[in-house]
Amino acid sequence: MALTGIEIYKKLPKTNCKECGVPTCMAFAMKLAAGQAELSACPHVSEEARAELDEASAPPIRSVTIGKGDRGLKVGGEIVMFRHEKTFYNPPGLAVLVTDEMDSAEVDRRLKSFKELEYDRVGLLLRADLVACKSTSGDAGKFEALVKKVQSEVEGGLILISEDAGVMEAGLKVSADNNPLIYAATSDNADAFAKLAKDNTCPLAARGKDLNELVELTQKLTGAGLKDIVIDSGARGLRQAFQDQIVIRRKAIQSKFQPLGFPTITFPCEMTDDPMKETLIASTFIAKYGGIIVLSDLNGHSLFPLLLERMNIFTDPQRPMATTAGIYEINNPDENSPVLITSNFSLTYFIVSGEIDSSRVPTWLLVFDTEGLSVLTGWAAGKFVGDAIGPWVKKCGITDKVKRLKLIIPGVAAAISGELEEELPDWEISIGPREAAHLGAFLKQL
Amino acid sequence: MEIEKIKYTGKVKEISIGKEGKAITVGGENSYPFYLFEGEMPHKPKIAMEVYDSAPEEWAEAALEPFKDVSGDPAAWAKKCVEECGADAIALRLASTDPNTKNTSPEQAVEVVKKVAEAINVPLIVLGSGNAEKNTAVLRKVAEECDGLNLTLGPVEESNYKQIGAAAIGFKHTIIANTPIDINLAKELNVLLGNLGVPDGSILMDPTTGALGYGMEYTYSVMERDRMAALTQEDEKLQFPMLNDIGTEVWKIKEAKIPEKEEPKLGDAKKRGILIEAVTAVSFLLAGSDILVMRHPEAVKLVRSIIEDLTAT
Ligand code: SF4
Repeated sequence: MALTGIEIYKKLPKTNCKECGVPTCMAFAMKLAAGQAELSACPHVSEEARAELDEASAPPIRSVTIGKGDRGLKVGGEIVMFRHEKTFYNPPGLAVLVTDEMDSAEVDRRLKSFKELEYDRVGLLLRADLVACKSTSGDAGKFEALVKKVQSEVEGGLILISEDAGVMEAGLKVSADNNPLIYAATSDNADAFAKLAKDNTCPLAARGKDLNELVELTQKLTGAGLKDIVIDSGARGLRQAFQDQIVIRRKAIQSKFQPLGFPTITFPCEMTDDPMKETLIASTFIAKYGGIIVLSDLNGHSLFPLLLERMNIFTDPQRPMATTAGIYEINNPDENSPVLITSNFSLTYFIVSGEIDSSRVPTWLLVFDTEGLSVLTGWAAGKFVGDAIGPWVKKCGITDKVKRLKLIIPGVAAAISGELEEELPDWEISIGPREAAHLGAFLKQL
Repeated sequence: MEIEKIKYTGKVKEISIGKEGKAITVGGENSYPFYLFEGEMPHKPKIAMEVYDSAPEEWAEAALEPFKDVSGDPAAWAKKCVEECGADAIALRLASTDPNTKNTSPEQAVEVVKKVAEAINVPLIVLGSGNAEKNTAVLRKVAEECDGLNLTLGPVEESNYKQIGAAAIGFKHTIIANTPIDINLAKELNVLLGNLGVPDGSILMDPTTGALGYGMEYTYSVMERDRMAALTQEDEKLQFPMLNDIGTEVWKIKEAKIPEKEEPKLGDAKKRGILIEAVTAVSFLLAGSDILVMRHPEAVKLVRSIIEDLTAT
């Protein structure tokens, strides 16, 4: 819960020593309250006050890390209901299921998919995050062997699934160092599982039969001193599960209700037998508040759309809708490839580059800085015009890359071709289609 | 445990489209999409299936395959969508009117519209090409010549709302008001349409649809903001049902078309295309869509089952 400047001030040393870089403790407290300073800037604050202030400034949904190092996955930590209110911070982790009764070739295939299905997209690496190892046999030895195998073959965090403390202990014995998520504490095994989580310092998932039971359970676990908790409302029908996600997020953020202030875990893999439908169920949890989403399998055709959705929903909406200006190489162009120019409005760029890409025609795309305006608006605003574009084309470096100086401009900006010819006397200016949809056909007949 | 409920002060208008006896109603919700624990959704979102006025040239193999036998015959195609796929409405796209393609005349467009309307017993949505200028002439003509068909016409933009709007009022059609992913522009166009005399019961909003991976999030957030304003800030000029034109946007992206053998990591091309379309559709359902214009029968089926599950009692 956010504290006011005065409340924070009461906990500071009140010596005005200035070491935090601010003249007085009061001024520093004000900055902290406004989120413009970090408490660590004050070297004199007492341990006790630090703990209190940290607690008070923690986000309403705890952030929990599963796994370690580079492949550690942080979930939770969200502070808003709608992405446009600020942004969503931590994309939900996607997990693939393997069990200790599965054919070993099948386990191998899934692990191979987990490792191989990685996609590079505009500088982002998109991939699944976790492997969920489930004990279906109830045999501790089998579970231990599965966990050991998974751990040795893949990087990335683990979820250990069993409700039997003995089985779970066997899995933890070989993986606790990697900080796996323990799934799950229930009202039947809560004490034993709380102890396992504590002894191994691993995050623990709690599953209730419904939200009420879940609340009792998390209160019990936090009472036992556990902090890193992930929650499952137990619902496996879409309507109830969807509603629970919303209620949990709302309770945590709007009512500051701490027993539900944790990231969630969802199981599309248990909600349908149809893999296509499972993908759509997963897609609802990406949009609405899933913290971890466990899938029954990983296939490119279903994983990739989910990764795109996740990338979209978790893009910071405060970021201007602009793409970096510059030269973009599409389909490996060479010195004879055509040169196109467009504006740096993100959507324009996405659509134009997508059309060029799917045409397979090697092309240089110049993205000109119109401050995020589309071509037509940019032209009307005097930004996408000859005397601005001309000098930039000369110095952007494209002339070192191509022999044939022919510049294709968007059809809707045909009016600037005359000015551009004056600005770029060495270039031949030609007019492309008005609609991006016609770019493919246009490029192919060049 | 008590669930704090949001006090919604507004409601999306209920709008009927289509001819008497063939009409469907959309809108009427008084809470965020599928928040059925605190509101009502009297009409589930509807799925309109996309039909082209002539055989499409650049469609992905997977999208064309289910319609191979009817792709040159829009009336048969529309019939198949209704009878075999249970389409709630047909969205006829007048793609060949585009000056960059076949540049067919407004009169030819009218002919196709009438033929398709004749063949189906569900509402007909008529969509222009990507060319706003040509759309003005085409949609106006269609509005004037199709008296009594109660069509839904779009996209109607700020540049052509007067011409198409006037004809729509005169001949009782519904308008799809299209603005470029911006809440203020959306509101402004709705105000302009109102001033022109278009009744509230004849407006749908099209926020402009971005495909998955290609700007979907911009559309998503503008729709959430539109709904927030409509339901909690009583912004009457945003209380219209929303339509998303999905099929055509998603099936043109590279990843919906590329064969598996060229990009093995993207998996089966057909399933991938279907899921890209369906995941985009589900995302917009959760942002408040009332009508989804979709292409692939399998995607339609999947999305319909999600709508059923989200509203299951
Ligand atoms: S460093 Fe700490 S004690 Fe010193 S002025 Fe800043 S807040 Fe006060």
